[in-house]
Parts: sequence; C-alpha cells; structure tokens
Amino acid sequence: MTNQILGAVELGLVYGLMVLGVYITFRILKIPDLTVDGSITLGMAISAMVINTGQPWAPFAALLLAMLAGAAAGSVTAFFQTKLKIPPILAGIMTMSALYSVNLLIMNNGTPNISILGSPTLFSMFQHSFGVSKHTAMILVGLLICVVVVALVEFFFTTHTGLCICATGDNEEMVRATSVSTTKMKWLALALANACVAVSGAVYTQYMGYADVTAGSGTIVIGFASVIIGETLCIKRSLAVGFISAIVGSVAYRIIVAVAIKTNLFPTYFLKLVSVLIIALALAVGPAKAALAEYRNKTRRLRQHAGNS
Amino acid sequence: MLEIRNIHKTFEAGTVNEKKVLKGLSLKMAKGDFAAVIGSNGAGKSTMFNAIAGSFLTDEGQILVDGEDMTFQPETHRAKVIGRIFQDPMKGTAPSLTIEQNLAIAYSSVRRGLRPAITKKDREVFREHLARLDMGLENRLKTKMGLLSGGQRQAVTLLMAVIVTPKILLLDEHTAALDPLTAEKVFRITREVVAEKQITTLMITHNIASALDMGNRTIMMDDGAVVLDICGQERANLTVEGLLQKYREVKGQMLDNDRILLA
Repeated sequence: MTNQILGAVELGLVYGLMVLGVYITFRILKIPDLTVDGSITLGMAISAMVINTGQPWAPFAALLLAMLAGAAAGSVTAFFQTKLKIPPILAGIMTMSALYSVNLLIMNNGTPNISILGSPTLFSMFQHSFGVSKHTAMILVGLLICVVVVALVEFFFTTHTGLCICATGDNEEMVRATSVSTTKMKWLALALANACVAVSGAVYTQYMGYADVTAGSGTIVIGFASVIIGETLCIKRSLAVGFISAIVGSVAYRIIVAVAIKTNLFPTYFLKLVSVLIIALALAVGPAKAALAEYRNKTRRLRQHAGNS
Repeated sequence: MLEIRNIHKTFEAGTVNEKKVLKGLSLKMAKGDFAAVIGSNGAGKSTMFNAIAGSFLTDEGQILVDGEDMTFQPETHRAKVIGRIFQDPMKGTAPSLTIEQNLAIAYSSVRRGLRPAITKKDREVFREHLARLDMGLENRLKTKMGLLSGGQRQAVTLLMAVIVTPKILLLDEHTAALDPLTAEKVFRITREVVAEKQITTLMITHNIASALDMGNRTIMMDDGAVVLDICGQERANLTVEGLLQKYREVKGQMLDNDRILLA
C-alpha cells in the first residue's frame, strides 16, 4: 500500500502543473478551457522527441520547448475566443482537435507511441548526481518543479498584469474602463495556463518513459476534479492559497484513485466515470448545504410552532 | 477640455430596427466644468457617454479631449484620460479581488511591468483616500470587494476613477441604485473630488434638484441633441419648478410638431 501511495504522490506532482493551468483558466479567468487535453499531449510529444536526441541538455530543453509550444497552443485558443468571437468551450475543443494532428506530426510523422527508455531524463539525472533512490528522485524532482513554477505564478499574480487577469475573469467592463485590453489579458492567461499544462506533459513523458498520442484524453476532467478537491482541502480561498491548492488537489486526487483501485473499489477503466462523480459530488456540496440549512430552519420553526400552540 | 462637434449615431442602420439616437450633438466643456445632464429616457444621454468613452465609433462628427482628436481612438486608449462610473454598483469593481487590489488596478496603471502591483507606499495612499470616504474602509484594505454594500462599492469605484486624475469624468446616474442617505454621501464625495482636482465632469441624473444643485451647468438633452444649456446667474435663479416647466416646454414643442405632421 505504501508503494501505491508513494506512486500516487509522484503522479500527483507530475500532474500538478496541469492542474495549476486548469486552475488559472477555470477559477481565475472563469473560462473552462478544453485545450488542455491537446496541450498536455503536445508537451509529452515534444519531450519524447527532444529526449530521444540523447543529449545531456535534452531533459531541460524538453521543458522549455514544451512551455513555448503550450503557450502557442493557448494563444491559438485565445485568438479563436477574442478575435473570431468563438464561444470559449468550442474554441478549446477546436484547438484540442487540431493539436491531435499536430502531435502526431511531431511524433516522428505519425508514430502514435514513442519510447524514451534508456535516454537520460530529469529523474535519472537527479538520481545519479545525488545518489538517491529512484522514487526519492521522482518525488524530489516533481516537488522542485512544482515549487518553482508555483512561486513564479504566485509572483506574477501580484503584479499589475496579474491583477488585471483576475479582474478580467470577474468584470471585463471594469478592466477596459482602466484602459487595459481584456483581449490581451485573456491571451496571456490562456498562454500561461497551457504553458503550465504542456510542461506537465513534458515531465510526464520523462516520468513514464514514453509518449502516447492518446495519453492526454480526459485530462481536463481530472484537472477539474483535482481543482475542486484541492479547494475543498485548503479551505481559505485566497489567491495565494489557490495555486498551492491546485498542487495539493492533484496529489489528493491520485491518492484517492490509488486507494480505490488498491481496495478493489472499482476497476481501472472506471477512472473517468469516478472523476466525473467526484466533480459532481464536490459541486453538490454547496447546494446540499444550503438545502440542509433551509430544511433545519423549517423544522426548527415548525417544532416551535407546535410547542407554542 | 471636451469638445463634441456635431456627432451622429444610428444603430442598426438599414434595418427595420433602425434607430437614430444622436442627431448632430454638439457640446463644449471648459476645464473644471461640472455639468448635470437631464433628459427623458431615450434622449441619448447614455449614448453620448458611450460615444465619448469609445464604446462604439460615431457615424459622423468629431470628439476632442484636451485638444486630442479621439474620434477614432479605441476605448482602452480613451480610458487613460476618461473615468467612468455606471448606475450599477456591480459594474465598477471586481468582486473577488480585495479593495486594495481593485484600487491598485486603477492606480498602478502608470507603472506596469514585472513588479508587485501594491507597495507599502501605495497602501498609505489608498488608506488616505479611503479615509476621506468616511465609511471605515481604510482599515479593510484586504476585504473582498464583493462583501461591500452597493454604496461602499460605488464610493470605491469613484475613487478608482479619480485616483489617477482623469481629464474627463462621466457619471451615469451613479447614485440611482443607492439609498437616499448613501446617495447623498456619494454626491458629497463627488462634489469634493471634482472641485479639488478640477475635473471636467458630466453627470447624468434624473433628480431635478441635484441637476440644479450640483456643478456649474445644467444641460438638457432631447431627441439626440442638447436642447438647453444653462449656467451662471440664469441657473442660480432657476427653481426646480422652473426647470420642470422648461422640460415640459421642450417636450410640448415636440408634441405640437407631431400634431402638425399628423394634421
């Protein structure tokens, strides 16, 4: 069981930046961005191709290139949304679908699955230079990447531009009234979010040892579920806590899944169904609480009334 | 400071819904002028504000702010020199951001870049400004905007509009959604700020009393143009009843014209 939990923590950290990206679009910009399924695979594909050059700098270059490509993918969605006025969900789906072809193009011109076994990765390099065990390396590298990126994102959202992105999700009219272009803010946020997602994909390839063109499908649902779980666990809803809660949620999601599978609660192929159930349940908490409060209020007063008469 | 030359605007031109809203509107405001704008619904008051702020481009005419031709400038460019407040207190601020974050968005627009938007010095400035509102907000910098009442929000919106002194301030019935006491308070703050910073201000209102009481000019609009523009002694002598009479005269004239047309 300990091994499963450790594996879950590793995977949670690897996916942490993806959830961070979903948090930025879903919670801050308040646009559900479905580009994610495509941009995470984009990161995986680029990472595999770069790593397979076998160069010692490849694992780092993979992250950098994935970041740039992810930002480009987000920019395309932003262009669809702001310039062509396509509804956000459709804009995301369009980019996601287009990316499927792009990803196959990147992967050796149409190979759906590429292995990188044997080439140096961030994890293997860390393991050898610090002489730690494989799993220690995985957790430390995953944690390090998350901490660095979250710190950068936290800082960015204290700047004027960061605040304007938050305000764009809240009240576009007000942002324009302060002479800031909401088109630019949406573009920045979508680029930043998808850059995070693609970097997460690049780390995933190095962690798993392969890239698969279908590996990204359904990622967005996992992202939503993780964001919600994270918020539930980190009760205080300030912005600074929000970014950390994304990583926490990602890890918690993986632990829940690992426990459920280990205890034979459901077979692996039920994962997506369960993810959706988690989202539905989490979103039901609010309305359920309100309904319960109303019910209590009613019964209490009815009882009082019965007592008085 | 503000010069509007013969602007026209028709919405949905060429369709059955065609609506000529502005018909040769001209207006000249000197620096520090504070004009109350009155007129019936559909007279084109808000459309004039939208035209000045650049929510759309006009069909004809010219708009100049402090000598700069704004006729074809985009909204975001004009927003640098034009502050604007709407009737709806929800429209002016971002509810999930704190008071200080909202103020910072308006305040640090002069110095952007990759550095924290709020410095210690900024907080002092914010506190000073908020203290003048006399609403106890100076000690609640980190309170989320969404938790404030409509009047408090509108007061903060007013601060945001003037924290970097704009050349033009457009107030679109900014107290209409507030209770009488709060409205009075927001009016007082408006009057103080505008007078102190000598901001050229246009204020739409349906309150005839405040249309005579606030500022130094009263402008009446009807059917897409300015039909009455009074200031100075004439304005000082005018009573609410007198202004209402003039209002009726304008509307009556229209009615007569229609009767002639139909006869």
